[in-house]
Amino acid sequence: MSSPIVVASLMAGLVLWGSPAAADMGEPPFNHFVQFEELEYGFNNENNPLNWDNTSWFGGDWNRIWFKTEGEMSTVDPDLEGEAQLLYSRLIAPFWEFQIGLRGDLVTGDGPSTEGRGHLVVGLEGLAPLWFEVEPAIFVSHRGDVSARLRTTYDLFITQRLIVHPSFEMNVAIQSAQEFGVGSGFNDIELGLRLGYQIAREFAPYLGISWNRAFAETVRLRQAAGRPESDLQGVAGLRFWF
Amino acid sequence: MNDRVGSPVQWPRRRFLASVATATGGIALGRFVTGCATVGSVTPARRALVAARGETIDLRIAETRVGIAGRGAVATTINGGVPGPEIRLREGQDVVLRVNNALDEDTSIHWHGLLVPADMDGVPGLSFHGIGPGTTFEYRFRVRQSGTYWYHSHSGLQEQTGIYGPIVIEPSEPDPYEAQREYTIVLSDWTFEDPYRVLANLKRYGGYYNYQRRTLADLGDEAKRMGFWGALGDRLSWARMRMDASDISDVTGATYTFLMNGLAPDENWRGLFRPGERVRLRFINASAATYFDVRIPGLAMQVIQADGMPVAPVETDEFRIAIAETLDVLVEPTRNAYTIFAEAMDRSGHARGTLAIDETATARVPGRRPRPLLTMADMGMDHGDMPAVSSMDHGSMSGGGSGGMSGMDHGAGSSGGAMPGMDHGNMSGMEQGAGGMEMAPAACRANLDVMDRHDDDGHGAGNAMVAEVARSRVTEPGVGLGEDGWRVLTYSQLRSATPRSSNSPVTRTIELHLTGNMERFMWSFDGEQYDPDMPDIELRRGERVRFVLINDTMMAHPIHIHGTFFELDVGACESNPLKHTVNVQPAERTSFVFTAEEVGRWAFHCHMLYHMEAGMFRVVRVRP
Repeated sequence: MSSPIVVASLMAGLVLWGSPAAADMGEPPFNHFVQFEELEYGFNNENNPLNWDNTSWFGGDWNRIWFKTEGEMSTVDPDLEGEAQLLYSRLIAPFWEFQIGLRGDLVTGDGPSTEGRGHLVVGLEGLAPLWFEVEPAIFVSHRGDVSARLRTTYDLFITQRLIVHPSFEMNVAIQSAQEFGVGSGFNDIELGLRLGYQIAREFAPYLGISWNRAFAETVRLRQAAGRPESDLQGVAGLRFWF
Repeated sequence: MNDRVGSPVQWPRRRFLASVATATGGIALGRFVTGCATVGSVTPARRALVAARGETIDLRIAETRVGIAGRGAVATTINGGVPGPEIRLREGQDVVLRVNNALDEDTSIHWHGLLVPADMDGVPGLSFHGIGPGTTFEYRFRVRQSGTYWYHSHSGLQEQTGIYGPIVIEPSEPDPYEAQREYTIVLSDWTFEDPYRVLANLKRYGGYYNYQRRTLADLGDEAKRMGFWGALGDRLSWARMRMDASDISDVTGATYTFLMNGLAPDENWRGLFRPGERVRLRFINASAATYFDVRIPGLAMQVIQADGMPVAPVETDEFRIAIAETLDVLVEPTRNAYTIFAEAMDRSGHARGTLAIDETATARVPGRRPRPLLTMADMGMDHGDMPAVSSMDHGSMSGGGSGGMSGMDHGAGSSGGAMPGMDHGNMSGMEQGAGGMEMAPAACRANLDVMDRHDDDGHGAGNAMVAEVARSRVTEPGVGLGEDGWRVLTYSQLRSATPRSSNSPVTRTIELHLTGNMERFMWSFDGEQYDPDMPDIELRRGERVRFVLINDTMMAHPIHIHGTFFELDVGACESNPLKHTVNVQPAERTSFVFTAEEVGRWAFHCHMLYHMEAGMFRVVRVRP
């Protein structure tokens, strides 16, 4: 755990050093945003997982540290599959941040490997025309495997507080990393549709569905591990931030 | 927490301002008055402003538990109340204002619109070092003007928590407008949240306080007005630009209680009159982040002063008062009661009071109008059919001599194609304004006719959009106004009451773009947020300079310059009105001229408190 702390300290230093001086004569422009976009219980016919997806940032207008973690934890067996990213982020265009940093994967239980995997991450985070939140990233693992991910989400306001969140995620890999269930080529896609009600801006319970399907070599790897090719979950959860 | 403020009769009548007649000679009257009896632990709001006058005035800034809208709140107060006392001065007098800081942080007071030496202007870091906790700072200056002004803290976000109050300066010559009574009406916004929390919320999520956005549920209503494809097309155009047409105000009634002289709408501030009297109302917008649209249904208002400076009388039914502006009107009420109705520009709330013949008469409170939407005109889209004035005689430009020629759009109409959902309703406001301009010689109009085409500089990542074409909008009352069948004041109707004898030539034009990135709540000039290490905007004393402001954002910004009045270009040459704060509408090109007279470093900023804090601030330095 010590190396992430060192990395975090270095990044924090970078952010503080790179921040413009305090705006006006007031407080320093240092802020934080900790958001659980998803914290939910999934209903499927299998492992009824707890899913989480957290994105947080710390910093000013131009330079930020991002921490992202997502994963799922089975409620019927000790399986856990998750990842965390620690990124330095810089505003490079009005709606876009450039992000660079590290990602660590963790897989436990009966999965293909309980070994950790580290990646270098280079990505973007921003808002595309039509208000799509878009997050493309490229990952290079410590063994040189290259993969990429595209995620996009949308907030569709039905009323001022009732909001539909469609989401889409796609993973591709150049090399296969079989111990991690990653085949080469097109890996999987995930589609989500969640209907939330903002009791407050920061607090919205939701219901929805989430569907995930593997492709190509990844299907075979999933089957070998005794997992289905696709997974449909009903989800109930809470989106909140502070 | 919820002690209700009792019925008005409970409160002592402290109507110092009820009559101009009482305004003679009293020294230090009510200087240390700290308000009324308390209900529980809460000091309820005062029913009337407290006056402070004389040659020496003491102001004490402290945290006080006050009642606002019947709820207890901790405010930073001046002499115990929100707003602070009304400082009444006389033109030509010398005044000492002793400001004692009982807070545990630095504070300051800036005299908004007053011509004072730079070291008395009250901006920490520019004029002085601020007023430390437990210390007293003495402001000393000669009062060189008359009119309605105000004062407020220039430290952090203290203005939002209550450090503001009115200033009224009686003229040394008799006032040309006789009024039997006068009332000062301070409009403001109050939040029970910590203002730094408000700012942090906006930084995390620019639309945090907007509960009036376009939704799927109201697509039907819009379709009725614009047609289904029109409404959908308009929404798509905004979404493509990642802009929100309902983003009229950053901070809204979702957190704000709007106050009139410190009283919430239900508490109903009341001013009395006798039928047949002529009443002068001195409106001051002391809000941190709210523009108000003010009207008194059933009563025409004669505008006689803007930003403390006399203007040729103009009659109107409604006016938009930008943050930090002041406007004096005369009214001649004849009925028993009238409602003074001040809607927030985004219609998310209102302030309200009553003018009545006694303590009981009431008038109907009108409903708030629907929330307006910005139009493509506010985006500065290049529409050939937009301003009718663009087709006017361009030959007159050469006489203008203000630059900007190269940026002109002679090809009006070249790439027209109005958006299907476009709302031309605002155009109606143009006609009334244009009426006042007919007499202006063509050369005076030069700056109003400029169509400034934006160059390739997008002002960096701190700025989300540019106005493709910016132009003057002084003939337009602003978004959401001008469609109700009554008159609405526009800048183009304002004429200085006493035309200046000559206008010496402008030697230099300084162009600044108003920029911002709503998603991250970054605000700036030319895309650069203020940083104390930034070079000042340098002027030489005696230099006559034109400022051209181009608003590249979709929001209106009240831009204020300290230490001077400027001649706002409304196309009237020597009769252009003098102002200290100008509302620059979205995609507007605003032009004003002033002669740098006071040596020193002066603040120049957006008076939206949170925009200033987010970086929309510069320093203008006048060198000897």
